[in-house]
Amino acid sequence: MNDLLHWVVVLNWAAVFATLSATIRQAIPITLGSMSGISSERSGIVNIGIEGMMLMSAFSGYMMNVYLSSLDIGMADTTRLLLSVAVGILTGGLLGLLHAVLCIQYKVDHIISGTVINLLAVGITGYFYDATAETKGKIPNLIKNPWKGDHYLKDVGVVLFDKDIITYLTFIIVAVMTFWLFNTTWGLRTRSIGENPRAADTLGINVYRLQYTNLFLSGALAGLAGVYLTLADVGVFERGMTAGKGFIALAVMIFGKWHPMGALGGALLFGFLTALQNQLQFFGVNMPHQLVSLLPYVVTVVVLAGFVGQARPPAHVGQAYETEGH
Amino acid sequence: MLARIRALAQTLLIPLLSIFTALLVGSLMILLAGRDPIAAYEALLEGALLEPRGLVQSLLKTTPLILAGLAVGFAFKGGLFNIGAQGQLIMGSVVAAWVGSATMFHGLPIWLHITLGFASGALAGAIWGGIPGALKAYSGAHEVITTIMFNFIAGRIAEWLISNGSADGRIPPGPLSDPNSGALARSPMVEETARLPIIYRYPPSSDLNVGIFIAVAVAVLILLLLNRTTFGFELRMVGLNPNAARYAGINVKRQTILTMAIAGALAGTAGVIQTLGVNGFYEANQSLSLGFDSITVSLLAANHPIGIIFSAFLFGAMEQGATRMQLTGAAVELTVVIQALILMFIAAPQIIRYLYRIGDAGGSGQTFSSGWGQR
Repeated sequence: MNDLLHWVVVLNWAAVFATLSATIRQAIPITLGSMSGISSERSGIVNIGIEGMMLMSAFSGYMMNVYLSSLDIGMADTTRLLLSVAVGILTGGLLGLLHAVLCIQYKVDHIISGTVINLLAVGITGYFYDATAETKGKIPNLIKNPWKGDHYLKDVGVVLFDKDIITYLTFIIVAVMTFWLFNTTWGLRTRSIGENPRAADTLGINVYRLQYTNLFLSGALAGLAGVYLTLADVGVFERGMTAGKGFIALAVMIFGKWHPMGALGGALLFGFLTALQNQLQFFGVNMPHQLVSLLPYVVTVVVLAGFVGQARPPAHVGQAYETEGH
Repeated sequence: MLARIRALAQTLLIPLLSIFTALLVGSLMILLAGRDPIAAYEALLEGALLEPRGLVQSLLKTTPLILAGLAVGFAFKGGLFNIGAQGQLIMGSVVAAWVGSATMFHGLPIWLHITLGFASGALAGAIWGGIPGALKAYSGAHEVITTIMFNFIAGRIAEWLISNGSADGRIPPGPLSDPNSGALARSPMVEETARLPIIYRYPPSSDLNVGIFIAVAVAVLILLLLNRTTFGFELRMVGLNPNAARYAGINVKRQTILTMAIAGALAGTAGVIQTLGVNGFYEANQSLSLGFDSITVSLLAANHPIGIIFSAFLFGAMEQGATRMQLTGAAVELTVVIQALILMFIAAPQIIRYLYRIGDAGGSGQTFSSGWGQR
């Protein structure tokens, strides 16, 4: 405990900046995952398949990068990585459509359909996993911190300017999603079919088409979260590397009450706690690391139970909708 | 009689065709990897069922899947999505390891030691399930989030309990670590008096314990509890419509906590059998995939307690056979793909009906869960 106090009192600025930087790094895939959840759930479809969509896209994006790296055609790094990211996003989008077909066309229970996607992802990525695959570098190499060396802006620069494109894109996506949901016709219609599809249908909104579109979007966002893991964060694919991030994204979505800004806040809080416990371990706090690592999970439960209160989901989420004859 | 047989054939037709079609797709994947599907499936079947060792291992793998599957299915019946079977199982497992090995319980008679192990493991699971239930009932914290968080928390606490501490001695070993296990982190071996009776020995290391019978008996008990008692009726009523249940005078909060506690006790029991029956100790990550497999097992059986026995056996046997199948060059993850496809086809029977041109018997689209519904 003394170490902890010491750590807090003698503020270690390097540690503070490292923690802030790691906070963002941890929060990005969870934020994108929760945006995926919002896009789906606001249109009335529960999506617990985010975990699987992330995993499958992480794999396909990475394998595309492996394949393009193995070609000896002098392709520019930027082109190769952008193509790989596109493949990952498309993979996610297609899984989103699979979820939509199962939920809408075949009226499969949403939880079951999501479970099918999660299983498929674990199975397929594990089956085709290749431990010997090699690539020629990842996304962060494309951007460099403009302040090098002893410049006083160095640390701030690491937090703000030494990130990859997907990180910046994520914050833009959150803003765009907020605008989309609350200030556009498409967003208004999306919210209306999540609350009362019958009423929306009566007013002439094509419920199914909108759900298909939004589910593709949901999958694509989860796909971006997946390629972030392999192409920007870790750099390689590992079996089951999403490690529950898709589910934590759902938690964050509910935590943020299905609002993009709220979800971002939740993701940053979770990211901060994860980063903090890593730092505490790194700086040798004299406690078993297993117990220190409980921090983000315990705080999430406490905050959820104590401060957030009753979360109110979109009224029609999780139920099949049947149009009245066309 | 004939009519009943025909009706049975009708109900089994779709599941059987689903399994067949999933295997067919799986064989395409084996071909895609350049291996022989016939040899792979032969090995799968042989490794899982056709020899005593395989069959014993299949049954051992089936046991926790039945109980954890029931933990998920029981909660679903009450309208709750229990993703926390993993954590509840870990808690049951680790507490049973403590009861089985602690000095204060040395020298107990066999029946008492085992009963104590089951009671405390089930209680630990019940608490680990009951807390998310209570949080749901009184603060509205959604059980999907809290049970996932509780999975992580249980895993880390158990890891700490059995950890060896740091090499320089600054961090002491966990209270339940085995000083004689060397670099391996695990709990001490449980006493002989706490080991479950063996009913079939297949040397060198495949012993079938009584766990499978306990699991089947529990499944029957759960069926009776759900369909033959007032409690079960109220539970299903809350599951179908919490508001209607509240107007009918049912204490929904109490029902929510009890449902989750019983579900937790079921998963905890699975953990007890893993420790006292199979391993004899608790080690980290010993049941990593069980928690999520149990969700699939339950969904595959449409949350029916007796159906769960069969879907758990299907999963247990496939998991066991996969280790043999791997020798033919087909990776074990293939079985996960097959399981996913089986679940998909059974949940969307129209696909199968279309593929095999079977007429529609009408009725589709079951809803097992009530989404993120409030209570």
